[in-house]
Amino acid sequence: MQDTAHAAHQAAIHTVSYLRWIPLLPLIGAAINGLGGAWIQKHLGKKVIGGIACAMPLLGFLLSLRAFFQLAGLDPAERTLLDTMFPWIHVGNLNVDVAFQVDPLTAVMILIITGVGGLIHIYSTGYMHDEPAYWRYFAYLNLFTFAMLTLVMGDNLLIMFVGWEGVGLCSYALIGFWYSEWANASAGSKAFIVNRVGDFGFMCATFLLFWSLADVGHPTLLFREIAEYGPLLEGHMFWGVSTVTLITMLMFVGATGKSAQIPLYVWLPDAMAGPTPVSALIHAATMVTAGVYMIARLNVLFGMAPATGAVIATVGAATAFFAATIGTTQFDIKKVLAYSTVSQLGFMFIAMGVGAYATGVFHLMTHAFFKACLFLGSGSVIHAMHHEQDMRKMGGLKKWMPYTYATYLISTLAIAGIPPFSGFFSKDEILWKAFSSGHQFVWFVAVCAAALTAFYMFRSVYMTFDGENRSDEHTREHLHESPFSMTVPLMVLASLAALAGFLNVPHALFGDARFDAWLAPVLEHGGGHAGGHGDAHGGGHHVEVIEYVLMVLSIAVAAAGIFVARAMYKTGSMSPDRLTGLAGGKPYRTVFNKYYVDEFYDATVIRGTLALTRVSAWFDTNIVDGIVNGAAWVVRMASAFNGLVDRYVVDGAVNGVATVTSLVGGRVRRLQTGNINAYLYVAVIAVVGMMVARMW
Amino acid sequence: MTEISLFPIVFYLLAAVTVVSALGVAFSNNIFYSAIALMGALLGTAGLYVMLAADFLAVVQIFVYVGGILVLTLFAINLTSRIGDVSISNRSIGRLPSLLMLGLVGTVMVRAVLGGGWNLVDVPEAEPTIATIGNGFLTDYILPFELASLVLLAALVGAVVLSRKELKEERG
Amino acid sequence: MMEIGLSHFLVVSTIVFLAGMFCVLTRRNAIGILMGVELILNSANLNYLAFARYSSVGYDGQMFAIFVIMLAAAEAAIGLAIVLGIYQTFHTIDVEATDTLRL
Repeated sequence: MQDTAHAAHQAAIHTVSYLRWIPLLPLIGAAINGLGGAWIQKHLGKKVIGGIACAMPLLGFLLSLRAFFQLAGLDPAERTLLDTMFPWIHVGNLNVDVAFQVDPLTAVMILIITGVGGLIHIYSTGYMHDEPAYWRYFAYLNLFTFAMLTLVMGDNLLIMFVGWEGVGLCSYALIGFWYSEWANASAGSKAFIVNRVGDFGFMCATFLLFWSLADVGHPTLLFREIAEYGPLLEGHMFWGVSTVTLITMLMFVGATGKSAQIPLYVWLPDAMAGPTPVSALIHAATMVTAGVYMIARLNVLFGMAPATGAVIATVGAATAFFAATIGTTQFDIKKVLAYSTVSQLGFMFIAMGVGAYATGVFHLMTHAFFKACLFLGSGSVIHAMHHEQDMRKMGGLKKWMPYTYATYLISTLAIAGIPPFSGFFSKDEILWKAFSSGHQFVWFVAVCAAALTAFYMFRSVYMTFDGENRSDEHTREHLHESPFSMTVPLMVLASLAALAGFLNVPHALFGDARFDAWLAPVLEHGGGHAGGHGDAHGGGHHVEVIEYVLMVLSIAVAAAGIFVARAMYKTGSMSPDRLTGLAGGKPYRTVFNKYYVDEFYDATVIRGTLALTRVSAWFDTNIVDGIVNGAAWVVRMASAFNGLVDRYVVDGAVNGVATVTSLVGGRVRRLQTGNINAYLYVAVIAVVGMMVARMW
Repeated sequence: MTEISLFPIVFYLLAAVTVVSALGVAFSNNIFYSAIALMGALLGTAGLYVMLAADFLAVVQIFVYVGGILVLTLFAINLTSRIGDVSISNRSIGRLPSLLMLGLVGTVMVRAVLGGGWNLVDVPEAEPTIATIGNGFLTDYILPFELASLVLLAALVGAVVLSRKELKEERG
Repeated sequence: MMEIGLSHFLVVSTIVFLAGMFCVLTRRNAIGILMGVELILNSANLNYLAFARYSSVGYDGQMFAIFVIMLAAAEAAIGLAIVLGIYQTFHTIDVEATDTLRL
């Protein structure tokens, strides 16, 4: 075994060698199905493909359980398992190994990823049953699982970045899975490009972090050393700004891309072009929470930057509210869930921003359960409706699909925050942490978003499952409950969505906040900085009366949302038209068209880029070419006038002067001539420049 | 003692062959003559390798370069020019600026060469190097060695695919 | 200058390199460019061997030179195949004519 230098002086780390198999198993599955899948499918059948693909995350789940129980058996301060595979980059100050680590935070994440992921794999065997490229789908899905596990298990920022990019790639491949339709392919590209903007922030943050840590004498990218030496950056300045604030802001830019926050959320609704289980796994349960995980992982740094915390909380609240309003107007069942995901991620970022990291991770977990269940439920509906996603054409489905209806309803209750379902505990905790840390305005916006959540989720329930069936005859005849491979995962997820809340009953409700305590070894560093209130930290044991008041208030608000949805879409005692017709219908149309954000980006960023290329092209053909040609023309005229000069000298002068001019402009023109010699000139000039700069 | 006095003579001879041939490659107007001059340059370099106690390299140079690459080049020249066509020519563009720039590069490089500061050691007695190289391939350099075989295989396949005629018609 | 040393070999390799560079920069014939590349690789090899002989790097220089020759062989095979491909498409190997990828 590799005996790392770090293990030597950090006795708290336990070296094991089975952790590597948690990410490697899905990678093996992806390799088998990706390389030999076409053959297997043809000769051995789809069952073998599905079997291989499902076995890998489920075996990973067992290993994750083993890691979990091993951690639970250790002293809380020593709960870190490390598995170093091989040295990766050892250059100068930079020492990075391919190493996987599991601490309480990672344990939660890998249990979610392999557990929920395994269920979604099983579900997919039913949902994608008629898909010709069955093997390709499962290869991508396994590859995604590998990348996501790498992201959360890496013991340093570089491994995390590998996973970070890997999940982006798999997301791109799966959004555009049915790539023969242009809209799907372009949705994949959109997701990829928007994510790239965020990734740039992530990279800059990594560089800056390494550089500044080197500046204080501890160059490292290892998480446990960042946690140890991060506090040394206190007071470190970069260009007159606090370095930590700059790093965390850049990190947050990365998080907004991956986790679909304002202003980079636009890709997530479009990502619904992919198969529904993909939406459940990648765009609800796991990948989009990577940003939340990253902040929790680097909580030491974020804890030192209250300014960033305020920005994160504000952006989170704005996103939560903004996306919730859009969610109320959508008719596509998956779009509703997509905006709901954006909104719930906003709640997680509120928690991160106010320093309640454990609460944010708790909401991440409960959200993974109920949102995966909702997406899979919608997938079950879409499956039964022959790929019809418009809720206006559904209705009354509970008669045909009792299991789907029951699980969907339980998850909806959970997301709406009705006790005792899990969403109540996690969301209410976030609201309370926001309020008690002094962010009353954030709290207010978040409560409004919670009310809207209850409204639009029950709107989707009533429109889909209640009332008269509005589909056409043909579809109605074929309505059916989905097979067991799909309903069993739904039931498991629904029971998790119902019960997971009891893992973290707050002290106010006479619980013991077990989940907070479990995460405390990782997250204790940054607790309760933001508002200066000591009790924002999960360990605050005294209970205030106002906590109960707020709790009742949030239940009441959720109930009100449900009541309005019921009045509008079930009993019909209140007409939605009264709201949509408000102020001439203008506000409604704005929200319905998603505030025209896509159009705005199209008009500014995309068109701007295209216009810039046109301007450059025009400049190139007209101005630069003109100068060069003009210079050549002047020289030629002069040389013709000076007819006494030898022909060769004239040629030489023309060439010479044109080339001398070219040192300024001519070679710029040549940059894109398609001429190999010209490209080589540029290369040689660059080399000469470097050599000259080095020698003198 | 004769060896010592012979060494510079042989060196200058080989260096002259190499340099003159290289310049011939660069300045000849006929691509065919360029190729022949290239052979001279390669052979001269092989001789210099021997003087540097790299016997194995010298043989490899002659086998691979002169026997392989150069013949390939001649094939390509003949395949890409119709007989009797003037396009065998090897016209050049922008010689003057290139000379100026390369003069600059050359100045810098010669400065670096003559600047010295190398970590020189006493020249050991020349010995056959095949055993050392063979051991190296199977010990220190085993990974690059295997990779090299892969690269060559890829190049083989790539060359076949690239030069196959009527690719479009076959896909039809 | 009776004693032939490291710098003599380096000067020869510099001249070969410059000749190759000149070839690469000025030839319009694609094969001519490839020949220039071969010269450049040769000059690099000469440097490797000269340093292997006269300075303390030992036989590593020779190993590198072998790999360079190997890569040169691969490069020549692929390069000439591309040249043949270009010839089939454009009926010329003048690199100035093959600029259809530009804007």
